[in-house]
Amino acid sequence: MKRALSPTETPQVGRSLPRLESWMKVTGRAEYVHNLRLPGMLYGRIFRSSIAHGRIKRIDVAAAQAVGGVHRVVTAADLKEIVPDPYYGPAFHDQPVLALDKVRHVGEPVAVVLAADPHVAEEAAHLIVAEYEELPAVYDEVEAVGSKAIVHDALKPAGTFPDLKHLKGRTGTNIALDFHLRRGNAGQALAAADRVFEHRFRTQQVMHTPLEPLVSVAESTEESLTIHTASQSPSFVRSEIARLLGWPENKVRVRVPFVGGGFGAKLYIKLEALVAVLSLLTRRPVKISLTMEEQFFTITKHASTFRIKSGVTRDGRISARECEVWWNGGAYADIGPRVTQKSGFTAPGPYDIEHVSIDSYALYTNLPPAGALRGFGIPQLVWAYECHTDMMARELGIDPIEFRRKNLLRDGRPQATGTLMRDAAIEKVLDRLEVLMDWNKPFERGSGVMRRGRGIAVGFKACVSPTTSLAAVTVNADGSCIVFCSTVDMGQGSDTAMAQIAGEVLNLAAESVRVVHSDTDVTPYDMATLGSRSLFHMGNAVKLAAEDARNKLVAMREELKLPADAQIADIFKKKYGMQAGNVLGTGSFIPSYTPPDCATGLTSNATPFWMVGGTGVEVEVDTETGRVRVTRLINVADLGTPINPKIVETQLSGAAIMQLGFTLFEKMVFDEQGQLRNASLAEYKIPGFLDVPEEIINEAVTAEQRSGPFGAKGVGESGTFGVSPATANAIHDAVGVRLTSLPLNAEAVYQALVK
Amino acid sequence: MRRAIQFRLNGEAVEAQVAPHETLVEILRDAFGLHGARESCGQGLCGCCTVMVNGRAVSGCLYLASFAEGGEVSTIEAGSELDTVQEAFIECGAFQCGFCTPGFVLMTRQLLEEHPDPDDDTIRHYLSGNLCRCAAYPQIIEAVKLAARKMRKT
Repeated sequence: MKRALSPTETPQVGRSLPRLESWMKVTGRAEYVHNLRLPGMLYGRIFRSSIAHGRIKRIDVAAAQAVGGVHRVVTAADLKEIVPDPYYGPAFHDQPVLALDKVRHVGEPVAVVLAADPHVAEEAAHLIVAEYEELPAVYDEVEAVGSKAIVHDALKPAGTFPDLKHLKGRTGTNIALDFHLRRGNAGQALAAADRVFEHRFRTQQVMHTPLEPLVSVAESTEESLTIHTASQSPSFVRSEIARLLGWPENKVRVRVPFVGGGFGAKLYIKLEALVAVLSLLTRRPVKISLTMEEQFFTITKHASTFRIKSGVTRDGRISARECEVWWNGGAYADIGPRVTQKSGFTAPGPYDIEHVSIDSYALYTNLPPAGALRGFGIPQLVWAYECHTDMMARELGIDPIEFRRKNLLRDGRPQATGTLMRDAAIEKVLDRLEVLMDWNKPFERGSGVMRRGRGIAVGFKACVSPTTSLAAVTVNADGSCIVFCSTVDMGQGSDTAMAQIAGEVLNLAAESVRVVHSDTDVTPYDMATLGSRSLFHMGNAVKLAAEDARNKLVAMREELKLPADAQIADIFKKKYGMQAGNVLGTGSFIPSYTPPDCATGLTSNATPFWMVGGTGVEVEVDTETGRVRVTRLINVADLGTPINPKIVETQLSGAAIMQLGFTLFEKMVFDEQGQLRNASLAEYKIPGFLDVPEEIINEAVTAEQRSGPFGAKGVGESGTFGVSPATANAIHDAVGVRLTSLPLNAEAVYQALVK
Repeated sequence: MRRAIQFRLNGEAVEAQVAPHETLVEILRDAFGLHGARESCGQGLCGCCTVMVNGRAVSGCLYLASFAEGGEVSTIEAGSELDTVQEAFIECGAFQCGFCTPGFVLMTRQLLEEHPDPDDDTIRHYLSGNLCRCAAYPQIIEAVKLAARKMRKT
C-alpha cells in the first residue's frame, strides 16, 4: 500500500478507514515478538510447581544440567545474584521472579532451563525434580477470608499507591485489600423498605487466551538492557525492571511491536523480569515463549462472589443497596487490589440509589493469579446486579425495562461515590435496546421442547483514574507527520485512531500519518494500554501534540512572512534554505481526580469518563438437554462520538462474543488439590464460528464525551458488560429457571430444569 | 540426525536440513524466515499455523517437516499482490490483532475453490477449525461473501 503525503480538507475523524497496518496483517508480515530471533539467543523453558502450596525443600537440577546442549539451569538462588529482592507487582511486591522458599499455586515457575535449541530446553525441564513440604491451601475466595491457610506471610504493598500503604507488613490475613463505601444509611433504609431482596452470585475463573501467547526477549550489555515484549504496558515494564535492578530508567529499553491480542493478559510484569535477569546472568539474548497451556498458570480473570441486597418501595423505587464482593485474586495480587476498588465502587450499578454500602475484598488464594480481563471486574459486577434487577422486577410484576427506567442514574445525579454523572447516556442505551429488541411487541416463547426467551442488561464503568499519557508529533520538512506514542496496538486499532486524530488537526490524510510503536527510548511515557483508557487519554495527548506542532508551524510561517495558504514544505525550505528540519509538538494529558475519602469511600471526582454498555439477548433453550443457543445479540453502547465507526463496531461485537464464551462455556476447572484439569484449547473451548449468534446488531448511541478528543471515549470493554446477565435473564424468560453461577452451560441449565 | 529434504516453497525449489521431530512451521520460521504461519495452541485446534501442502491446508504445528519432502508448500507470503480474499478481509475489517488472519485467508481461499457461492452455514462450518480470539467472525463472514461475489464476477 502506498502512503502518499496528502494534505486534505476532508475530516479524518469519523472516517471508517481500514486499519493502517491492514496490508501487513493479511500478508503475514506484521511484526510480533513471537517472530523475533536474535543471534546467539537462548530459549528458556520453565519448570513449574506441581503443588498448590508448599515450602521448597530441594530442587535437583543435576539431570537437566547434564543434558547435551543445555546452557544453564537457573533457580531463584541464582537470580538473587542479580536481583537481591526479586519480588515484583503493580500493587504489591509479592511475586518472585522464580519461586523463592515457597510455591503458592500449581504451575508457578520454579526453575528455567536455557538452551540454544528449544526442544533441548523442554526435554531437560522434564528432568528437574523438586521436593516440597506441602502446606494447607485455600481456593475459594469467601473461605479465604477466615482460612487458616495463609498464602503470604506478610503483605508487601508496592508503595506507589497511597491507599495501600497502611497494609504494609500486615500478617495472618489473605485479604490483600478491603474497600468500603458508605453513602446514606443502607442498614436503616433496608429496614424501612417495603420489599427487600437478597441474592448471591458467582463467576468462574477464566483466561484471556490471546492467540499470540505471552512472549518476551531480553538482550543485555554490561549495563544496558533491551526487552522486546508482547506487553500492554511498556512504560511500567521499564520502571519496574529498573527498580528491580536498581538501575536508572534510561538503561532499560522496552520495545513493543504489534501484539497478537492482549485483553489485559499482557500487563505489568509477566515474563519480562525473568528474561531480563536470565540475559544478565548469561550475557546472551534470552527468549521465553509460553505455550497455550502455560498461559493458564500465568494470568486469569477473577472468580468472584457477590452478595447483593436491595430495599424497594411499593412503587418500585430502589431505596437502598448493600453490596459485598469477594474477588479471588489467586496467589499474587497483580492488579487485583485496583479491580477491588476502582471497579468495586460501581457495584450498585447504574441506578439512582440514595443509601448505599459497598464492601469489596481482594483475596489471596492458592490458584493462578488473576488480573484485569476486558472490563477490569465490571462484567463480574454487572452479572450480579443485572440478574438481581431482573429478579426483583419479575417479583414485583414490573416490566424489566420499566423497572430499570424508573431507577436509572441520570446525568447530573450523584453515583454511589457522590461523583455527578456526566456524558453517560444510560437512558439512551436502554431506549435503543427496547426498540432494537422489539420489546413491546408480542414474543413467541414456544411450547414444545425448544423454548425461547429474551433478556436485557445494562452496565457501566468508570475509567480508571488518575493516569497519564504523553505523546509527540513531528512534522517533517516535506510536510509528512509521525506520531510517537506508547499506546500498544493489540488489535483495537489504536494506530489508526491516533493517525486520524493527528490527521484531523494537521489536515493530513490519516493514511499518510506514521505511528511509531512503543519504544521507551523513543516514545514518551504512557501509563498502559488498558481499561479502554487509550483513546481518551492518549487521544487527548496526541491531539495536544498535533496542535502544538501546528502552532509552531504557524509561528514559523508568520515569522517568515509567508501567506496563510503556504505549503508546509515551502515554510521549511524558506526557513532552512533546503528541505531540512522538523517541528516537534508535544502533548501531556492527565485528567483531574479526587481520591476517595478513606473512611467513606466517597469522592466528588472519581473518574474522567463513564462507559455505558447494554446488551439484549434472545435465546433458544433445549429443555431436554439444557443447551442454550443465543440466536440474537444486540449490543448498544455510549462511546461518545466514534473516531472510526467501523472499528468501533468490531470492538463492540468482538467484546460481546468474547463475553459470550465466558457466559456459556469457558471455565477453568480445578480439582480439590488446586490442579487445573483443562489447560488447553482441546478442553478449554473459546468461541468459534459455530458459537456466534446468527444475528448480531451493534449500535453506538448518538453521544458526545465533551472532555474526549473530538467527543470520543473508550469502547474496548463496553460490549462485554451486559452479555452474561442478559443471557441468564433470557434463559429465565424462556424456561423459568434462574442460574446464579457462570457459566450457563447445558449441564447447569439441565440440572436447574430437573430440580 | 538431520537430513536434507527438497520441496517447492511458494513456487521456488528449496532445500532444508530437518530433524525428524521438527514441524513444518518451525522449518518455515527458522530456515526460511517466514512468520505468517505461527504456532499458537500447539494442538492443531486454532488454525494460526495453517500452511498449504500440495494444495491442501494442514496444521503446520503438527505436520512434520519431513512429510513435505518432494511436495509443494505454499504460505501466506506467496505472491506479491493482494488477492481478492485479502482485499475483502481489509475492506470488511475482518481482523483485529491479525495473529490468526493468515490462517483464515488461506482457509477462505480453499473454501471458495470448493464452494464458489457459500451460504453462512457453509462458511461457519468450513472455517470452524480456525479461531479468532478478537472474535472478528461476523466481519469474516462478510469478507468471505464479498470475495466470493468478486471472484464469481471475474
